[in-house]
Amino acid sequence: MKNLLLMSYPLVRTVMLVLVFSAGVLIFNSPALGQVDTFEFDTTEQQERFRQLSNELRCPMCQNTNLSGSTGGVAEDLRREVHRMIMEGMTNAEIEQFMFERYGDFIFYRPRLRAETLLLWFGPLIFLIIGGLVAYSISRRAKSVDETDSHLDSSQQERLQELLHKRS
Amino acid sequence: MQRLKFFIPLLAFVALAGLLWRGLYLDPAELPSMLIDKPMPTFAMTTVEGETIDNDDLPDEMFLLNVWGSYCLPCLVEHPTFMRLSEEGEIPVVGVNYRDRKNLAQDWLLDNGDPFQFSILDESGRFGIDLGVYGAPETYLVDKDGVIRYRHVSVLDESVWQEEFLPAIEQLRAESN
Repeated sequence: MKNLLLMSYPLVRTVMLVLVFSAGVLIFNSPALGQVDTFEFDTTEQQERFRQLSNELRCPMCQNTNLSGSTGGVAEDLRREVHRMIMEGMTNAEIEQFMFERYGDFIFYRPRLRAETLLLWFGPLIFLIIGGLVAYSISRRAKSVDETDSHLDSSQQERLQELLHKRS
Repeated sequence: MQRLKFFIPLLAFVALAGLLWRGLYLDPAELPSMLIDKPMPTFAMTTVEGETIDNDDLPDEMFLLNVWGSYCLPCLVEHPTFMRLSEEGEIPVVGVNYRDRKNLAQDWLLDNGDPFQFSILDESGRFGIDLGVYGAPETYLVDKDGVIRYRHVSVLDESVWQEEFLPAIEQLRAESN
């Protein structure tokens, strides 16, 4: 009865709903549940490589999800291919090349360093340097203003006094 | 000159805003295909009707390669366009039945009509991976030498046909002459 009473407060009810909803979102969005198929490996090293590759390859269909977290059809197929290639003894570099030839740089969460991806890799650094130069030149100018302009020679002093007197 | 300097931040802002404004209207699904100007992947498979086929069975002229599935609603939307193209003999259309079931694909073609010379049966999606497909519908323009020249992602309706494919075909024809 006490419980029922508590639930009747609109605020409490809202908070409860939000909590239940976010718990649901957390549970159903976790990568562990995204992947429903199971694969068998001979060694834990192979299993670890599969985990690593499917975490770092992006699902082409559902664009902000990696292969391991996606239930999309093409992600399922690509996981199967990754598994097949690992079991056939291909290296990570060979598997990544296979993916690159078909899906391009987009498939990698860490794109390769190539002419087309240079800006992607070093763009932020360029902006940091520009910002740094601007900040430096501003601070230098402020300093030089401080040092030179604060002193008046005798004729300037005289003029200053004159102006001040004229005002009063 | 000194005064012009004050406008640098404004110019930088305008440039960045322009870039981001354009970004708002780009379709993130329009990924560049890696297979443009590459030959069709080699295949030896069966059609939805059960005949065996390989690269030699592809048309000798320019053709469309349409990735479809019976589960795919947008495919139903673009279907009348392919029916018209094939009925009017404008361009041959080859289908790739992608991640589907054979009997469902056959039923779909019976119900809606079959605009395809044949449909490659790709139940596992393995051929789709070689094409760099990420979901039906997608349509490729392949030239007479079997080289992929253009890719369109999602529905190919009459307006896409007029605005994207016809100019691309025109250009290819001009190049080969």
